[in-house]
Amino acid sequence: MSLQATAAPAAVRLPRWLVPAGVAALFVAAYLVFKGTGTLPHDKEAPQFLAITDLREWIDANRNSSPVFLYFVNYIRIYVGELYTALYVALTSLGWPGLIGVMGGLGWLAGGWRVGLAAVAGFGSFAVLGLWDESVLTLTLVVAAVLLSLLVGMPLGVWAGRSPRLRRLVTPALDVMQIMPTFAYLAPLVLFFQIGPIAGIVATMIYSIPPAIRITALAIEQVSPTAVEASASLGATRWQTLRKVYLPLGRSTMALAVNQTIMMALSMVVIAALIAAPGLGDIIIRGLSRAQVGIMLPAGIAIVVMAVVLDRITMAAARRGPHDRIGRARLLGAAAPAVLGLAGTAVLPAQYPEDWSVRFVTQVNEAVRWAETNWYPVTAFVKDVTSAVLLNPLEGLLTSAPWWLVAAAVLTVGWWAGGVRPALTALGCLLAIALLGVWEHAMSTLSMVLVAVVFTLAAGLLLGVAAARRPRFSAVQRPILDAAQTMPSFVYLLPALALFESTKFTAIFASVIYSIPPVVRLVEDGIRGVPETVVEAATAAGSTPRQLLWKVQLPMARRAIMLAANQGIVMTLAMVVIGGMVGAGALGYDVITGFSQRSDFGMGFAAGVATVLLGVMLDRITTARRSS
Amino acid sequence: MRVAPERPSIDPAGIKVTGLWKIFGPRAERVLAGEDRNLDPEELRRRTGCTAAVRDVSFEVRPGEMFVVMGLSGSGKSTLVRCLTRLVEPTAGEISIGGEDVVRASPAQLRELRRHRVSMVFQHFGLLPHRRVIDNVAYGLEIQGKPKAARRERARQILALVGLDGHADSYPDQLSGGMQQRVGLARALAVDPEVMLFDEPFSALDPLIRRDMQAEVVRLHREVGKTMVFITHDLSEALKLGERIAIMRAGAIVQLGTPEELVGAPADDYVADFVRDVPRSEVLSLRWICRDPEPGESLEGPELPAHTVIKDAVPVAAASAQPIRVVDGEKLVGVVDRVDILGSLAPAPAVPEKAPA
Repeated sequence: MSLQATAAPAAVRLPRWLVPAGVAALFVAAYLVFKGTGTLPHDKEAPQFLAITDLREWIDANRNSSPVFLYFVNYIRIYVGELYTALYVALTSLGWPGLIGVMGGLGWLAGGWRVGLAAVAGFGSFAVLGLWDESVLTLTLVVAAVLLSLLVGMPLGVWAGRSPRLRRLVTPALDVMQIMPTFAYLAPLVLFFQIGPIAGIVATMIYSIPPAIRITALAIEQVSPTAVEASASLGATRWQTLRKVYLPLGRSTMALAVNQTIMMALSMVVIAALIAAPGLGDIIIRGLSRAQVGIMLPAGIAIVVMAVVLDRITMAAARRGPHDRIGRARLLGAAAPAVLGLAGTAVLPAQYPEDWSVRFVTQVNEAVRWAETNWYPVTAFVKDVTSAVLLNPLEGLLTSAPWWLVAAAVLTVGWWAGGVRPALTALGCLLAIALLGVWEHAMSTLSMVLVAVVFTLAAGLLLGVAAARRPRFSAVQRPILDAAQTMPSFVYLLPALALFESTKFTAIFASVIYSIPPVVRLVEDGIRGVPETVVEAATAAGSTPRQLLWKVQLPMARRAIMLAANQGIVMTLAMVVIGGMVGAGALGYDVITGFSQRSDFGMGFAAGVATVLLGVMLDRITTARRSS
Repeated sequence: MRVAPERPSIDPAGIKVTGLWKIFGPRAERVLAGEDRNLDPEELRRRTGCTAAVRDVSFEVRPGEMFVVMGLSGSGKSTLVRCLTRLVEPTAGEISIGGEDVVRASPAQLRELRRHRVSMVFQHFGLLPHRRVIDNVAYGLEIQGKPKAARRERARQILALVGLDGHADSYPDQLSGGMQQRVGLARALAVDPEVMLFDEPFSALDPLIRRDMQAEVVRLHREVGKTMVFITHDLSEALKLGERIAIMRAGAIVQLGTPEELVGAPADDYVADFVRDVPRSEVLSLRWICRDPEPGESLEGPELPAHTVIKDAVPVAAASAQPIRVVDGEKLVGVVDRVDILGSLAPAPAVPEKAPA
């Protein structure tokens, strides 16, 4: 905008495209001249990496003497550890029939017999899949992390909901937390908590706390101010108003906060397997490292099932009206499966018998192999064309261009998109990436993100527009999107891996399917959000459906579409990084190497920080327009 | 049928407000201290970013009086009523309710005042959707720490008083708007306060129900005899309910008087414009139109007290050709004949300065 503004006063009015085209030409020329100079090639032994690795060694050596550890971190370790053990003992002592029964009872209590049945079937499937112990471990981690998240997040949320000042203070922090790729949480925690379930719980807790705070604050804010005033006018104390007005009136939204916190936790707990958190994630990592879909598939199914069951139970609780009471019939109904299950624990074998479970590792591996061979022409074609036409040229461009040229380009795009401040923030992030010593890998990751974003936005817009215009299509698509959004990110690697083996394209494919659902949803809602009267007026003026879409609906839904683009980019980045496990290399792979090889910890840490910086950079550039 | 409470009803308290100011915005104190406070609202906002919602308001409400504050939206009337119990903290001024200094009350004293002496009815009801009607009504008593049985007993009595027997176990969202406001009314009554504040309680209701509710409030005022401060933007509501009415504009009271005084002698053009469409014959009494008898005029006609509303004098005038003698007790105040009455039925001149000379 500013660039055009400087050109405008010229006597002859220049065409609008001239300035952008000129700037682009300038960049192309600069690239051709300076190509290959000023690049920052990757060096595994970069001094930055070594310094961080040394820091870890130092921390490990002083773990039991530094006061920060003695009086703070070590206590957290101890208490979180005790919570973990206590929960694990509690869950396992129910026995497998008992736990299935109790979950069924909880489901029945929250949402009636259907939800109860779904819970029984879901938890039963863990046993049938032969993954009972791993599932209980994952559940323990989730429950521990969610409890801690809510313990800290809900009071903070209540406070933030009532104090605009605190709200202003925490919102930017939560914003950054929300765009941080899951991977980035792991490395700093290893530094303080070493590897294992405790670090996993703490990482998961930190990752899942934003919705606990945010949605609780929202719940408190939504409480009718008249009800609060009426309570105050009758002389209620602050505590009375909180207990008798705020909390009951915010209850169903707060149940949503619990729901979201659980979903985030479940997604993170799997990734925490990278820092040796036990459970289903561990199996998936094992499968990934051997590229065996057969090993991963049952665990993937179990995670999805767990997500769906926990989602159903908490959503049912959230949907209850303000004065729905739990009737006696439902209480009795809910007690039945619990009692039955606990009775089962007394009668049935303590360990779920091996021969009652269904194993299909070899069959799946064979099916995947069959697909790989028989669909090879198609998948290879898609993969190769994308790589040759988009990915490789882009990656080549970004890695061979001088760093200052890339920085100048980011600055220009940021400025054009949003103005000075976002542009400078983006530039700062980029320079920090260069200083961390991971420039080349960051550029490689960036190129994958850009390619994935192109696909995501294209598909998302197409599906979103289609859904907005055809209610029946939307009715079919919605449940699929709902299910897709409850699935932990890891699960998306499975089909990608099955179709494309371990390559960069695999990560791109996974991140596209991972980030399409929110994009579709935002686009659809944006177009539907166009006021009925405007659409009616345009139709009355004789617009064709196409004109209506291009001249009315899409322009008016611009904000929603920009938000969709932003979400798409942030989610794509998160997934591309995880894709480091399936051959995407670059930053994601550095992070993973950092966890598995002690000597590479510094590089992993730097790569983790770089993913955050990359996320902030992309987010700043794409959100800028929203505020202006 | 005055309801007999178990304990003797508390004497209603009077309210005295002196020099009350409420300025919203940063540095409100500084605005108040300086000359800026005399700026008109638009100018004040532009210069300081502050809004003066209540400007130097003083008035007194007699114990047991029904006092109405009327003004258009944004005139500061809702802020004024909230200042009375410091739901909105006043910037300056004195408020005394039943002799108690509200402005200097400690938080605990203020809570006591709100719990026992003053209660409020809100425009949007402010009911708690998760509680049954009976527990909504009992809410104030619950806050006070009354045992459950006692507060339910009291709530039931009050529900009967506002005509909601049989709805005790419903939830608010199962009731119509009018019934919900009856619950709000009952909640305010349940604590047996000395003063009741009404913040546009019937604005959200449709006209027929509003009329019923107004009648209900008039009845309650007669029966429980509490001091009531009633906020409204509806002039006819104000005239119907108010013993005295304060008209507010841009945060200040422009006129305070009985309905008759407002209609008969508007203080300025703003008030005159307001009351222009009021049928004068329904508000003004004979006192406003009577004149000295002309020499030789008959004084044999019927006699009516001076506070008779003009409309009610019409049949008397129609029945007698003689001028009506208007008396205050034994004393003759003046006379009114058919021509005087007909003249008073015509609408008031549009705006005084436009009136023919």
